[in-house]
Order: sequence, then C-alpha cells, then structure tokens
Amino acid sequence: MRLPCLFAAMFALAACHDQANGGGAGVRDQITAVGSSTVYPFTTIIAERFVAADPDAKAPVIESTGTGAGMKLFCAGIGAGHPDIENASRRMKASEYRECAAHGAKALLEVQIGIDGIAFAESKRGPRMALTTADIYRALAARPGGRVNGARTWRDVNPALPAIPIQVYGPPATSGTRDALAELIMTRGCDAVEPGATALARRDAEAHHRTCTRIREDGAYIDAGENDNLIVQKLQSNPNAIGIFGYSYLEENRHIVDGVAINGVMPSYQAIAEDRYPGSRPLYVYVKKAHLDAIPGLRQFLILYADNWGQNGPLVRRGLIASPAPIQARARAIITRETVLDPATLPS
Amino acid sequence: MSKRPSLPVADAPVRPTVWDSPAMARRLRRRYAAERRFRLLGLAAVALSAAFLAFLLVTMVAQGIRGFTETTITLPIDLAAADLPIEPARVKGRSADLALAGAGLEDAVDTAATMRFGRDGADLLSPGAWLAVRDAIKADPAILRRTVTFTLPVASPFDVAAKGEGTPDAEQVVARLKAQGVLSTGWNWNFLTDADATDPTRVGIWGAAKGSLLTMLVTLALAFPIGVLAALYLEEYAPKNRWTDLIEVSINNLAAVPSIIFGLLGLAVFLNTFGLPRSAPLVGGLTLALMTMPVIVIAGRNAIKAVPPSIRDAALAVGASRVQVIFHHVLPLALPGILTGTIIGMARALGETAPLLMIGMRAFIAAPPRGLTDPSTVLPVQIFLWSDQVDRGFIEKTSAAIIVLLVFLLAMNGLAIYLRNRFETRW
Repeated sequence: MRLPCLFAAMFALAACHDQANGGGAGVRDQITAVGSSTVYPFTTIIAERFVAADPDAKAPVIESTGTGAGMKLFCAGIGAGHPDIENASRRMKASEYRECAAHGAKALLEVQIGIDGIAFAESKRGPRMALTTADIYRALAARPGGRVNGARTWRDVNPALPAIPIQVYGPPATSGTRDALAELIMTRGCDAVEPGATALARRDAEAHHRTCTRIREDGAYIDAGENDNLIVQKLQSNPNAIGIFGYSYLEENRHIVDGVAINGVMPSYQAIAEDRYPGSRPLYVYVKKAHLDAIPGLRQFLILYADNWGQNGPLVRRGLIASPAPIQARARAIITRETVLDPATLPS
Repeated sequence: MSKRPSLPVADAPVRPTVWDSPAMARRLRRRYAAERRFRLLGLAAVALSAAFLAFLLVTMVAQGIRGFTETTITLPIDLAAADLPIEPARVKGRSADLALAGAGLEDAVDTAATMRFGRDGADLLSPGAWLAVRDAIKADPAILRRTVTFTLPVASPFDVAAKGEGTPDAEQVVARLKAQGVLSTGWNWNFLTDADATDPTRVGIWGAAKGSLLTMLVTLALAFPIGVLAALYLEEYAPKNRWTDLIEVSINNLAAVPSIIFGLLGLAVFLNTFGLPRSAPLVGGLTLALMTMPVIVIAGRNAIKAVPPSIRDAALAVGASRVQVIFHHVLPLALPGILTGTIIGMARALGETAPLLMIGMRAFIAAPPRGLTDPSTVLPVQIFLWSDQVDRGFIEKTSAAIIVLLVFLLAMNGLAIYLRNRFETRW
C-alpha cells in the first residue's frame, strides 16, 4: 500500500498550503514598490544597499510595471496588500490622486529623485539627423494641421532633411517615457507648428492635449514595448530608423548608437542637467505616509535614497541625472519632515 | 528479373501482370523512388530538428559558460592603516553586521584600490567588492590589525573586456592589468548561491531557482493528486452519459487554453478574491497547477485506458474490491504513462512566464525566498528580467541563466524517466 500513503502525504501537504493562505494579507515586514521601468533600476540599487546595510532586514520587492499600471496598483488601497512605493517617471495626475484618496491613501509623500532625459538616437551608421521639435511633431503626429499625416520621408517634413522613410521606434502608450514624449516634445512642436495651439491650450486644455499628443498609427511610429534594449537592437540593424528611450540606455550603448540633436542640442549629461535638452523630465517616487510607521525600514529606505542621489553617488553612475542642489534639498526635507503632497498642484 | 508463370486462378485478370515489360519496370522504379524520397524526407526532418537543437545548445553554452566565470583582481588592503572605527573584539554575531555596515568599509576599499592602481582604481572594482572584504572580516576579525591581500571581483565593463567582448578603452586597461599579473579568472560560485542584484558581477541565480523549486512543489502537490484522482474517477467509476462527455470536452479545452488566461484567473481569484500575497511562489504554484492539471488528467485517462480489461477482470474474479483493483493493479500499470504526462505538464509549467507576470512574480528581490509566501521570481522570469537590463555584462548572465533552466529541466526529465523505468511493468 505504498501508493495510498503517497497520496495521503500529498494531501497533507496541500492542506498545509491552505492554512498558510490565511496570514497572507495581514502584516508585511518588507518594502514593496511598483511602477516605472525607468525608475526601477535606481530603486533596485537602493534596495540592494538597504539589504547590504542591514543583513537582517528583509529584501524589498521592486516590480517594474510601467508608471500607469503602477499607479493603479499603488492607489488600490492602504495596508499590507498594497505597495508602499510608486516609482513614477512623470508626476501623478489629479485623476490618479483622486483614485488614491478614494481608497484611503490621502497622505502621500512626493519625492523627486533626479532627472531623466528621453533621448532620440540613431545607429552609428545613420544619416546624422538633426531635428527640431516641430519636425518631430510633423513626422509623428496623427493629424498635423488638421489633416491625416501623409509624410512618408523626413524630407516631406522638412526639405532640409534627407529623403529617408520615417521609422521611429518608441515606447508604448502605457509607458511614462511615452508621456514624456507627448509632453516634452510633441506639445512643444505642436505649439510651434499649429497656429491656434496656444490659444486652444488656454481655452480647452483637454482638447489641446488630445490634438497635440496623438501619435500616428500607420506604421511610421513603431511601438517597441517596454524593452529598451530591443530598440537599441533595431537601430543597430536598421541605420535609417530613429529610436526613443531613456537617456541611460543611450549612455550605455554609445558604441552602437549616437544621440540625435533636438533643436540643436545633443543629448548629454550636462545638457539634460542644465535643462537645455528638450527631452528632460523629473523622476519621482511616491510613498504612502500611513505606511511609514507600519512597514519596518521604509523611513531608512527613503533616507538611503536621499543619501545616494548626489552628484557622485551610485545612482548617477547608473544613469540618473542628479537634480539641482535646491531641488535635492527640498526633496530631502520632504522625507525628513514627512511633508504631505498638496493635490492642488497636480496636473490634470 | 525472371519470368513468373501466371497463376491458374479462375478469375485471373484479362491482362496478366507482365513483370519484365518496360511499363512495369518504370512503375517499379517510380515506386522505389517514392519510397526513398519519403525515407529521406523523414531523415531530413530529424536532421533539421537536431540542427536547431545543436545550434541552440552551442550558442547558449558558448555564451553562457562565460557567465559562470568571473574576473578577479588581487588587491592588498592595509586594514590597520585604514583606521576603521571597529573593535575586532566587537565583530561577533548579530551586532557585527551593524558595526561593519556603518564603518566606512566601502571607502577604505576604494582608497586602497586608488593607492594601488591610480586615480581610476576604485572604478576597477565591482560595486559589491567591499562585501567580500566585510565577509572576510566577519570570518576572522583579527585581520583588522594587518595587511591582507584580497581577491576581489572587477567591475562589469572590465569583466566583459577580460572575456574579449569589451570596449577598446576597457580592453586597454585589462591588457595593462594582465601584464602586471594581478588579474585572474575563476569559477563564479556566487552565481549559483546568490539572488538577483543590480550589478552583473554580483547577480546569482539561486533566488530564482529556489522560487522555481517552491512553485513547482506547490504545482505538483496540487495538480498530481487532483489530476490522477479525476482521471481514475472518469475512467473507472463515471457512467458514460452526456454529463461525462461534457466534462471530457471541458478538460480537453482547458488543456488548450493559452497560459496568459490562467494568469488573469490567478490574479482575479487568488490575489483579488482570496487576498493571497502578491509575487509569492504559493500563488504561482496554484496558478500553474490550474494549467497543469488538465494535461495530467488527459495523460492519466489514456494510460488507465491502456491497462488491459483482463487484468481488472482477473483481480475482480479472485475477489478483489474496486479500490484494491485500482491501487494494486490499474494504477501501478498506468503509472509510467501518468508520470510521462505529468512531466510534460510540469516542464511546460517550469518554462511558463506569462501567467506569472500577471501575479507579480517579476519583481527585483535581492534575497532568495524563505518560504512559500515570500515574494520571489522564477527562472524564466529572471531570464526575461536580465535580458531587459541596460548593462552589457547581463548578456552572458542571461545565457548562463538559460543553461541553469535547461539543466533544471533535464534533471526533472531524468527523474521522470528513472521513476517510469522503476514502475514499468510488462504483461
């Protein structure tokens, strides 16, 4: 009767699992973070240092979901079942804050950890493009000038550019990088190109956003998923294509790809830190204030973040661009004084 | 070809087969040619799949084997001169970690590297190098009073360059260091014992491997008994009617459902309804058990069907009960087939990524899971995460992780073949 015994043992094991189910959502003694794939590498470095500094602490769990999907998880409630930290490559939207507040997470800390640039890049064998935000808007917008975008080559967009087909590999619509593309590049291009754009922005911000940031869907803009390495590979095999990704990927792949100058400024550390390059954006982490007391080590984790985001810190070595000193000081003050985010300042 | 006499049969064909006619010879040639073609086609199919497999294995092993090695640099550190604020006597037990963490060991190691290798010396070392020094001090606090020569891992760009794939700048530095004789290459044991890290020189696969192990344990513990019991009931007890037909069709359909659907189901049921912890091997195992169970039921039913009825009849004839027939005769005879089905299902579950992404088993966790409810990743997700990393050192680590996954799979299949041979009975 060996087999029945085997079965009995397996059921006993299965029963153990059922018992374990109960305690799952009750308490949690490790930090959990979700959100942007751009902030993810920086938060993982802090997580690693957090464990190295205190080997008794449980390792934080960092998930890369994209800013938008992360906001949904983050704002679903407070308590052990919901993440403590949201990594964001853009500011929280007012609608997302309302979602958070509705689920009890009213008090949030908003900490700017540094700056990121979205870089335009091409293969080393590429045609050495130099673009303006207006060119990019004309090439990628769904309806520039109110008509369906018919531009096939860069020359259609600007006679000074070479007659090579428009092929741009970029992030998907759920990505914070895509939001940055919309806000930083497309909107500026739109305001420069469309005669009524600035007036429309004042009259109806929603409509302005809709017309200016919709990207064409006829194949010229190629959605390459959240995997930025994939875009680098595509550029390597297709010298005529242009890729859009986080600045750290450009830095790491300098031997394969070159930056593309936007409005005459090449993407570089200096240019982004000084806010001369149009594609620079701040990076944030959002933290639930109620969790600071509930989750052991969460305060130390944030202080560790502040200790490492400096000019010569490990985050900068990994591709983060340090924010100017006054902004760093303000962000550190938010952590130490636990200053709560004022929802009135959030963008719609 | 000899002439054959036509057979004296009553209904002989009007035109007897003439074996040496040219038409017949042509037909025969065509027939043999068709035979040969078909055989060659089959051989070509086998050769093609073998070539694909060989290509996969050769490229993976060629790339991945480098992921198992590390480049180290010898660096003498004068711990006495570094004047660390640590009393050797106090470095004991739990307080040792805290004392060493706040002692500025990292700076001391960087300073030693700068003194030994010049201005950029600190950049040569892996960001985790000081941890090796810390562990050495923990093991023997007496070294705080003297100069010790450490063998420390080099930073990723130089590690890659030492293996011949680096940037020209890094390769120059490596050539210079090699001439000094301070570089050496060794087996990277930490890769097999550590968990995920942000730097490719510090990553390990054990965290993901343990996560996979725990997940598979839960899957097996649920899917195997439930699958086998379902198969036994359906074959041995269930009446043949419309309801059992419906169940059979449902199980067949369930086995063909794309795995991402199970991920969504796991997210909705286990996480949102039952409130189980996110990213836990327990939830991963439950989700994959849903996916594996129908495969086991189908394989189990076929294996049970293949047991000759005469064996059941004989056992019943000598007075065995139904349960005795099943446990003494049917199940032992069907077990090899059931195990084969189980292993196919488990192998599929082991390589599954999509449903586990849905339930959050894609997180960065710097320590291996300590239990079923601890967050963890699994091997295929770890491969996916590393392939997305910026640092070039991760390319070889990704291939190395693939090798570990393949070894894992081979070990599982080997176990299944062993078990099958043990239980195999002939009649």
